[in-house]
Amino acid sequence: MSLLHTVNKSPFESNTLDACLNLAKSGSTVLLIEDGVYAATSGNAVADKIKNTSGINFCVLGPDAQARGIEGKLAEGIKVVDYEGFVDLVAEHDAVQAWL
Amino acid sequence: MAKKFMYINRKAPYGTIYALESLEVVLIGAAFDQDVSLAFIGDGVYQLTKGQDTKAIGQKNFSPVYSALGDYEVTKIYIEKESLEERGLTLDDLQHLVWEDEDEDYAEKDSIRLVSRAELADVLDEQDVLLSF
Amino acid sequence: MKFALQINEGPYQHQAADSAIQFTKAALAKGHEIFRVFFYHDGVNNATRLAIPPQDDRNITQEWVKLQKEHNLDLVVCIAAAQRRGLIDEDEMNRQGKDANNISEGFRISGLGQLIEAGIEADRLIVFGA
Repeated sequence: MSLLHTVNKSPFESNTLDACLNLAKSGSTVLLIEDGVYAATSGNAVADKIKNTSGINFCVLGPDAQARGIEGKLAEGIKVVDYEGFVDLVAEHDAVQAWL
Repeated sequence: MAKKFMYINRKAPYGTIYALESLEVVLIGAAFDQDVSLAFIGDGVYQLTKGQDTKAIGQKNFSPVYSALGDYEVTKIYIEKESLEERGLTLDDLQHLVWEDEDEDYAEKDSIRLVSRAELADVLDEQDVLLSF
Repeated sequence: MKFALQINEGPYQHQAADSAIQFTKAALAKGHEIFRVFFYHDGVNNATRLAIPPQDDRNITQEWVKLQKEHNLDLVVCIAAAQRRGLIDEDEMNRQGKDANNISEGFRISGLGQLIEAGIEADRLIVFGA
C-alpha cells in the first residue's frame, strides 16, 4: 500500500506540511498544490525538511506554481506535474489523504 | 467486502464547523457496515477534551456525542500521542470512550487507542478511504 | 478508474472548487469516470444559481453545470449542510414553506449517505478543501 498525500497550505502559514510529513511513510508521495506549492521553492526555510525526508517522492502541481510565479524557483528533486499528472498520481496510489 | 474508512480529525471544535459536520458524517456512515476508524491528530485532539461547556458562546455542545460512538459500532479511535503531548494533555484530559463487545457478554472495552506517529502512519497506510474535513 | 470527489469549500473564497474542476476535467480527458462529486460544509455554495461573478471572472457554478451536462456528472449537495446555509431546491422550498430556492440545475440535494456510498463504490476518493 502507498498513499498520495496532498498539501495545500503554505508551510509559512500553517503546520499542515509538518502534520503530513509526520505521518507520510517511505514510498508514499506528497503532492504540493494550491498555496502548498510555496514549500517547493529552493533556499526557503523548509527546503531542508523536504531534502532530508528520505523515501518520499515530492511533487508540485505546475499550474499552481506557475500561477504564483515560482515555477523558475523550484528546488531540485521535486517533480513538476500538471493536472493530468495529478490524476495519474491518484490512480497510481492506493488512497489519497488530503491534509487540509 | 467492507472497505476501511478512516475519518481524519485535525480541527478543534467550535472555532470552525469542521469537527461537528465531520461527526455528522461518522454517525450516518456507521449505518453502512464498513470498517470504520477515527484518527485525532493535531488540534483534532481538542474535540475529545472533558469539561466542554458552550453555554456562553451560544453554540451546541456536541462533545457528549463522542461517548455514543460505541453504540454506533465505531470502536476504533486513534489518538496521536505526540499531538496530545505537544498540547500538554494526557489521556486523563480526554473523555473515556468505550464500547460494549456483544461477543464477550457486552464487556466494556476502551475505544481509544493511543498510538505513536509511527504506529498511526502504519494504520493510515492500510486505509481504503480517507475522509478529511 | 472510478473517482469520487468531496468538495469542502465554497467557490471563490478558497481555491478548492477551482482545483476540483481542473482535476475533474483532466480525469475525464484521460478516460476516467467521475462517479460522484459530493459538496459538503461550505462546499454546498458551489450549487447556488444566484451568484453573479464579474464578467471577466469564471462562473464556478456554471462550470460545474457545463461539466454535468457534457459528462452526465452526479453533483450531490449535502442536504444537512445545505439547509444550514440556506441552499434549497424547489422541493425543499415547498416542504419548508420558504419563499425562494436557489439550487442550480445540474445539482441534486441528497443525504450524507451519498458520500459514504461514493467512498464505497469509487476506486478513489479525493477531498478538496481549505
